[in-house]
Amino acid sequence: MSTVLQLLIEGERLDTAQMATILDLPEADVSAELKRLQAEHVLLGWRPVLNPERVQEDAVRAVIEVRISPEREGGFDRLAARIGQFDAVESCYLMSGSYDLLLFAKGNDLREVATFVSERLASVEGVLSTATHFMLRAYKEQGHLLLSPTESGEKPAVSP
Amino acid sequence: MSDPSQRFVADHVGGLPRSGIRDFFAIVSAMPQAISLGIGEPDFVTPWHIREAAIFALEKGKTSYTDNLGLVRLRTEITRYVENNFGLSYHPEKEVLVAVGVSEALDIALRAVLNPGDKVLYHEPCYVSYMPSIRLAHAEPIAVSTSAEDAFGIDPDKVAAAWEPGCKVLLLNFPTNPTGGVTERAKLEQLARFAVEKDLLVISDEIYSELTFEGEHVSIATLSGMQERTIFLHGFSKAFAMTGFRIGYACGPQSLIEAMMKIHQYSMLCAPILSQEAAIEALKNGTPAVERMKEAYARRRELIVRRFNEMGLKCHLPRGSFYAFPSVEVSGMESIDFCKGLLEQAEVAIVPGTAFGPGGAGFARASFSTSYERILEATDRIERYLETVGSPVRV
Repeated sequence: MSTVLQLLIEGERLDTAQMATILDLPEADVSAELKRLQAEHVLLGWRPVLNPERVQEDAVRAVIEVRISPEREGGFDRLAARIGQFDAVESCYLMSGSYDLLLFAKGNDLREVATFVSERLASVEGVLSTATHFMLRAYKEQGHLLLSPTESGEKPAVSP
Repeated sequence: MSDPSQRFVADHVGGLPRSGIRDFFAIVSAMPQAISLGIGEPDFVTPWHIREAAIFALEKGKTSYTDNLGLVRLRTEITRYVENNFGLSYHPEKEVLVAVGVSEALDIALRAVLNPGDKVLYHEPCYVSYMPSIRLAHAEPIAVSTSAEDAFGIDPDKVAAAWEPGCKVLLLNFPTNPTGGVTERAKLEQLARFAVEKDLLVISDEIYSELTFEGEHVSIATLSGMQERTIFLHGFSKAFAMTGFRIGYACGPQSLIEAMMKIHQYSMLCAPILSQEAAIEALKNGTPAVERMKEAYARRRELIVRRFNEMGLKCHLPRGSFYAFPSVEVSGMESIDFCKGLLEQAEVAIVPGTAFGPGGAGFARASFSTSYERILEATDRIERYLETVGSPVRV
């Protein structure tokens, strides 16, 4: 794995100059590597990890199980790509088990997500059924605990 | 006026110097906004599965004493771990003692073997407790200095030169806190031959062994003729990030473990059972987490050492531990003054080398067990501070 990518995965907010210092590389090399990672679709974006409990309070998130018909050529890919195009769909995965696609969807309110499912998703040719589960509360978001974050405030500033 | 109750304090305790770290801690505590590279423990919290094992033990009502030597299940896991990782074989029921951290294990090892007036060879700069623990055992410490030129590994010839009649114990700690020094196999073999020749008992504190970044970690106990004359000390604080659990262990010949157990049973009685249960989980399933933490330390080590050298603070690459030990001589200041000034003017805390013995004069200890952001900011501040106090030679 590229050292630049490894550093990004560690998750600290660092600018390219800081990354260059850490990795002992010219800043131009770090920038070039970031461009390469994006050009090759290894690095897809730069979205921050937000606490859903603190932002977008009105937004509604849902996971949607979708059963679809595989096609003779391409299997699930064409339908999955088509469903994934909708703005409401944040992530889309092919799953093993009792359904085929798992979608993570988002809308401004419950009605918006419901309308998406009933009018857009369910009507796509090849979609056999859907089951929508609305998220009620987030307890952990992409590795970050929200309810009881670790406290280490009493650690002495100097110790032997 | 001195406190009249001072007259009740035992002479050998009254004569001990206060820990330089405690003095410095008092100053740093008054400046909570400072960036501290002064912590002598991992920045990570104990891995959850280990904490969860302690919670589960509590839920099950495991709140009793244990066998003085520690839970047999834990001692069995310890012998398995020590065999797999160090190549040392011990009997779990006769040759292992679970202690309240390596600090207690060291204290009772010294007290179990030393008679008043016996002498102990140890290398310095070293962990803050070594000299006081020797004195508290009514013995005489003989420091052998290690130097930056040797990357703070021990020179067996210096040990031989420091030896004098009455020496009974050789106390080693590799990788070393505060220098990150290690000693390679050939020199350990020379030391081992010397220990056999002079009939020395070796007490080897290997608490940082998992955090050896390059080359193999060699325990002196594995060398020819050494296991029978070595007390091997290890614990969970550093590799498994379990400092607050206060749990470590000693492995050694049965008669020495038995002697240590006598002191342990009349003082500590046993290590806390919850910590012992957590330690079992750490040994069974903790290795992947140790590897992850070690990789994080390794990347930070390169950064901090390079930054120190860039700004003119000569710093060897520590081969183990999570401490860098740069020389601050270029500033023309004593290490305590350098560190106090750095704290007051730049709000960065590092520990003066003299806290680890006179051999640490001219150096300071900086922990790299922290985030990149803090290391970058702290080293930038140290560089600016250095520019205000002297004209360092750029290298």
